[in-house]
Amino acid sequence: MTLRLTTFAAPSRFYAAAGRLLPWCWAAAALFGLAGLYIGFAVAPTDFQQGEAYRIIFIHVPAAWLSMLIYLVMAFWAALGWMLNARMAAMYARALAPTGALFTAIALWTGALWGQPTWGTWWVWDARLTSEFILLLMYGGYLALTEAIDDPRRAANAGALLALVGVVNVPIIYFSVRWWNTLHQGSSISLTAAPQMASTMLTAMLLMTLCFWAYSFAVVLTRARAIVLEQEADTDWVRQQAQREERR
Amino acid sequence: MITLLLAVARRDLLLARRRRIEALLPLGFFIVAAALFPIGVGPEPQTLRQIGPGVVWVDALLAAMLSVTQMFASDHADGSLEQMLLTPEPLVALVGGKVLAHWLSTGLPLVLASPLIGLLFHMNAPAIGMLALTLALGTPILSLLGAVGAALTLGLRSGAALVFLLVLPLTVPALIFGTGAVLALDSGLPGPAQAHLSLLGALLILTLLGAPPAAAAALRISLD
Repeated sequence: MTLRLTTFAAPSRFYAAAGRLLPWCWAAAALFGLAGLYIGFAVAPTDFQQGEAYRIIFIHVPAAWLSMLIYLVMAFWAALGWMLNARMAAMYARALAPTGALFTAIALWTGALWGQPTWGTWWVWDARLTSEFILLLMYGGYLALTEAIDDPRRAANAGALLALVGVVNVPIIYFSVRWWNTLHQGSSISLTAAPQMASTMLTAMLLMTLCFWAYSFAVVLTRARAIVLEQEADTDWVRQQAQREERR
Repeated sequence: MITLLLAVARRDLLLARRRRIEALLPLGFFIVAAALFPIGVGPEPQTLRQIGPGVVWVDALLAAMLSVTQMFASDHADGSLEQMLLTPEPLVALVGGKVLAHWLSTGLPLVLASPLIGLLFHMNAPAIGMLALTLALGTPILSLLGAVGAALTLGLRSGAALVFLLVLPLTVPALIFGTGAVLALDSGLPGPAQAHLSLLGALLILTLLGAPPAAAAALRISLD
C-alpha cells in the first residue's frame, strides 16, 4: 500500500490507523502531564507577587491556546470536507468541536479561579475574557446546529459554513470588543504586563501544552472513530470489525 | 439581477402587507420589551438615560432575530423556495430581495419607533437622533446576518431558537459600535461618535458583500 495524502481519507483506513495511534497519544498525554504537573507544582518557585495562585496558568494558558487553535483546525477540516466532499474531514471536524468547547470552558473557569484571589473578582469584562466567552458561544452554536440536523451530510456542510463565517468574524469581534473595553473603563488590570517568567515555569507550561495536545489527539481520534462507526454502520467493513471485536 | 432582486422584494412586501398584524409583531415585541426595562430597573431618569442606548440596541437585535426565521420558512413550506432555486438567475439576487423586504418590513419600523423609545428613556434630542441613525445603519446588518442563520436552520425543528444562538454572537461588533456612537455623543466630543459611525458603516459594507453569498450557499446546503 503506497502512502498518499488521501490514504486516510477512507474511513476504514482512518479507523484502523487511529486505533493504532491511540495508545501512544494516551501515553504521551499521561507522561507529559505528570512531568508538567510535577515541575509546575513542585519545582517551579513561588511567585513573589501572586503567591501560589499563579500556578493555575499551567492549566489555564495551554487550555486557552488550544481553545483558539482547535476552532481554526475545526474550520479548516470542515471547509475541506465541504469543498472536496471528503466525508472523513467532515467527521473529523465534528469530532473536534466538543474538545474545543471543553478547553474554552476550562480556560474561562480556571481564569475565574485565578482572578478571584489575584484581582478580587471572578469576572471582568476584559477584551480577552469577553472574546473567549463569545468563542464558547460560537462552539455552542456549531454543536447545536450539527446536532439539530439529522442528515449527516447537511449537518457537516452547514457546520462548515457556520465555522467559516465564525473564522471571518472572530478577528472583527476581538478588535471591536477590545475597543469597547478600552472606551468603557480605564483597564486597571493589565494582562499583558506579565513579569519575566522563570525558565522552570516556562518548561512546565510547555510540558502541559504538549500534554493537552496529546490529550486532544487522543480524545478527538476516539470520538472520530465513534462517528465513523455511526455513519458507516451499514457498510461491510464495520460489520466485519464488529464481528472481529465480538470474537475477542 | 437587480430586476429579480426588486421583484422578490416586492412580492415579499406584498405578502407582508396581506398579513399586516403578523408583519408588525416584531415591532410590538420591540416596544413591549423596551417598556419592561424601566419597570424592572427603576424609573430614575439618570439610570435610564445611561442604559437607554444599550437596551434599545439589544432589543432591536432580539426583535430582528425573532422575525428573521420567517424569511424563508413559508416559501420553504409551500415548496416555492425549491422552484426559485431552480431558476438560472443567481441565488444571491433572491437572497438580496428577501433581505431587502425583511429590512423594510421589520428593520425600518424599529428605526422609526426608536425615537419614541428614546423618549421613554429620558434621552436628549441629539442622542435620540444618533440612536436612530445607528439603528438605520445597524438593522440591515442584522437582517443580513439573520438571513445566513435562517438559511442554515431552514426546516429544522428547533430552528427559531437556534438562530438566536448562531447569529447573536456574530452581531456583537454591530452592538458595540452602535451603542458606542450614542454613548460617545454624551461625552461631548464629536470625534469618537463619528469613528463609531464609520466603523458601523464599514461593517455594513462588509456584511453586505459577505452575507448574501453565504446565505445563498447555506440555502443550497439546506435544500440539497
